[in-house]
Amino acid sequence: MKAKTVLLIITILIFTSACGQTSTSPTATGTEPRTLTIMTHDSFLASESVISAFETANNVKIQFLLSGDAGTALNKAILSKDNPLADVFYGVDNTFLSRALTENIFDAYNSPLLADIPDEYEMDSQNRALPVDWGDVCLNYDQLYLTDRNIQPPLNLEDLLKPEFKDLLVVENPASSSPGLAFLLATIGHFGADKYLEYWQGLVDNNLLVVNDWTTAYYTNFSRWGGDRPIVVSYGSSPPFEVIDSGSADTIPRTAVVTGDGSCFRQIEFVGILRGTKNRNLAERWIDFMLSPTFQENMPLQMYVFPVNSQATMDETFTEYLSIPENPAYVSPDDIAENREQWINDWTETVLR
Amino acid sequence: MIFKSHKWIAVGLLWLAPVLFLLLFYFYPLVSIFRLSFERSLEGLFAPFLEALSSPIIWRIIGFTFWQAALSTLLTLILGLPGAYLFAHYSFRGKSLLHALTGIPFLMPTLVVAAAFNAMLGPGGWVNIGLKQLLGLDTLPIRFGNTLTAILMAHVFFNTTIVLRMVGDFWSHLDPRLGQAAQMLGANRWQTIRRVVAPVLSPAIAAAALLVFMFDFTSFGVILILGGPRFATLEVEIYYQTVSFFNLPLAAVLSVIQLACTLGLTLVYARLTSRLTIPLTLKSSKVTQRELTSPRSRLGAGLYVTALLVLLILPLVSLAVHSVTRLDSRLTLGDASPEFTLDYYRELGVNRRESAFYVPPYTAIGISLGYAFATTVLALALGFPAALALSRNAGSSINRGLDALLMLPLGTSAVTLGLGFIVALDEPPLDLRASWLLVPLAHTLVAFPFVVRNLTPALRSIKPRMRQAAAVLGAPPGSVLRYIDLPMVGRAILVAGIFAFTISMGEFGATSLISRPEYPTVPVVIYRLISRPGEFNYGQALALSTILMLVAGAGMFVIDKFRIGEIGEF
Repeated sequence: MKAKTVLLIITILIFTSACGQTSTSPTATGTEPRTLTIMTHDSFLASESVISAFETANNVKIQFLLSGDAGTALNKAILSKDNPLADVFYGVDNTFLSRALTENIFDAYNSPLLADIPDEYEMDSQNRALPVDWGDVCLNYDQLYLTDRNIQPPLNLEDLLKPEFKDLLVVENPASSSPGLAFLLATIGHFGADKYLEYWQGLVDNNLLVVNDWTTAYYTNFSRWGGDRPIVVSYGSSPPFEVIDSGSADTIPRTAVVTGDGSCFRQIEFVGILRGTKNRNLAERWIDFMLSPTFQENMPLQMYVFPVNSQATMDETFTEYLSIPENPAYVSPDDIAENREQWINDWTETVLR
Repeated sequence: MIFKSHKWIAVGLLWLAPVLFLLLFYFYPLVSIFRLSFERSLEGLFAPFLEALSSPIIWRIIGFTFWQAALSTLLTLILGLPGAYLFAHYSFRGKSLLHALTGIPFLMPTLVVAAAFNAMLGPGGWVNIGLKQLLGLDTLPIRFGNTLTAILMAHVFFNTTIVLRMVGDFWSHLDPRLGQAAQMLGANRWQTIRRVVAPVLSPAIAAAALLVFMFDFTSFGVILILGGPRFATLEVEIYYQTVSFFNLPLAAVLSVIQLACTLGLTLVYARLTSRLTIPLTLKSSKVTQRELTSPRSRLGAGLYVTALLVLLILPLVSLAVHSVTRLDSRLTLGDASPEFTLDYYRELGVNRRESAFYVPPYTAIGISLGYAFATTVLALALGFPAALALSRNAGSSINRGLDALLMLPLGTSAVTLGLGFIVALDEPPLDLRASWLLVPLAHTLVAFPFVVRNLTPALRSIKPRMRQAAAVLGAPPGSVLRYIDLPMVGRAILVAGIFAFTISMGEFGATSLISRPEYPTVPVVIYRLISRPGEFNYGQALALSTILMLVAGAGMFVIDKFRIGEIGEF
């Protein structure tokens, strides 16, 4: 009965290690480091040295839990709010902010570092969710392709309705993709909730292509990577990485960003202390650390997002190739929460049917 | 009477571990998330059901889910059955290599498969570039993405190996004299197939078809990435309702509908197969194999193998070639020639930005192999007793019911179950929410039904007389198992083990689980790379996918060759 023996051993193993798991929240005794758990989405990244600097300074071991895409991670934080998995949650953005606040998963924290953060980033007056970083979702275009065919690059959203941009645009579905939703919000912010569908009808007439995810749009359909569409919805930070993460000696990015007024949507990501944490002090210190220049300056090259702290400086290799829109489109988190489903359904009706 | 109750105790014991496992790691999480979801419905329990069932969109989605799964399954059988015949009846050079190669698609993560098809049939793929240059075209001759064809091709690509292995293995043990006898008695070829081969083979075909159908029915990544925004299965809609709209009650209703369909299907299947199964004398595959001698059989085999290679292997080869070619769109524009490079492989070993979660590729492979090993052991340990219990008393209604329940994990939405883990497994001693154990446990939930489906037809086909004879001759139940059952189904155990292994290797659990970044599997690392802009990121994703492909292929080749004493062959 070999199978049963193996089974018995496995069952015992599972239960003993499950029991072992529960004793990982030790009481702080002397020099034994405590554990601070941070729940976040799977795009989170930081330098080894930055994290260990915090760990050494505070005699703490940080445990990260990557919990799926931004929406999935937030859902998990919400569903576990009665018995939180972590002390801190990072990575809820302004398109999801209202969901997090309505569900009441955060405790307020008035970090002293908020003083260095411009008001435009602070979207929760009670400071339950504190801004950490921002990034723009913008149209990117393939410079080589357009020059090759003597097409002037688009300057704003309206340009895309012109006949010379027929068949040239690929966007992501707002129901499945975070940049897709952000771009839909840019058109809503720019044209208004009553006019944006007219604009999309124009794009449909100009034969836009819709795919479900960023990877397909960028690496399959975007002409920079072999596709036949030279304009794609991506991030404002994408062009610098075309140089930084490139094997060739090119020092000019092959792609550029459309930065006309209202053509981009700014995503701001927030961090908060999960209600019910037993490590409130440490959690506060971690948040202060995330908002401090050390961490903030580390973000661009790790997560491709930008610091909100005005004291933080950005790497030169990065800023050289970066173009930042002066007036991105704006839609408030409350409006987004209230209308998200309606807007996406109306968009689906207009664009996909 | 005493004898009878003794028998019931034995069956009960066999069921104990599998049922306990399912109760704890499947039903408990699932019921918890359903309860929590319906509690969030402001208008009571029935409102979301009404909302779903009165919506023409939902009905369209249900219809499409069935339609594409049925079509995909049919195509998979059409491609797979001749292959099962070929593998079962003939020995030829390169057979075991081909056998291993056809298994690789099954374990590739969907994102990688999308990249592979893109490298072949995408706008910048070699087929399109070649045709464009050949025909002097300005527009793309082939549009692959966002089509039903893409969905069907990907499903066939993934699942053909299920038919090849499950049916092929069973077929290779059939006594060839059955067919020969029929022909001697005057049956023509067609009559032999219809009256002799088909009835005997149908349990294995039905089991394979059911598994293929379940995978297609709950398809998520293929529909999302290759099918595009105009297609949605129930699983995709559950994701939209959960993540985009946070409409948990509606998502739960859709999950219930998906489960009900699974249960219905499995019950129909169980009813069909319990009548179909005929005890047989199984033969060693050494006896049943022939050489390809006649020119006609050689030509047929050659054509078939070519088709198989084009559909299952060429996309993977395209991906591998892509990973050693400098990626540049100037190629597509036609004003550059391909340049060979190993930079992307080299870059995998470098942590250029000193990222905290960086792991070198061999570590990720080690972690993946570790999880896969744990999954294989666990799935076999749970699946074997369950299959044994099922085979001992196929007709009983308890067994039929349990058989149907075993299949449910395959038909369950990963999004829903992932949230179920978070909600349910949150109290000591089972606070597994952030534990690495959740990974092999979740993989086992998918692999376990596979193991049972693989083993049951084989175990059922053992003639009861053989066990009875052994018992009469004084063999205790343990010895009957050891000397009758185990050797007879050794090969089926290996096939089941391979499936468990590959399911785990290729599974990308980021949507349903919490992952510990210090233990990333290969698919997780690939996903991380492919989600970032820049040549090196995509290049590294392709390189690591190629490595995964090679490691998995080698693994399968080795397991295919694996024999433990008389187990595997008899």
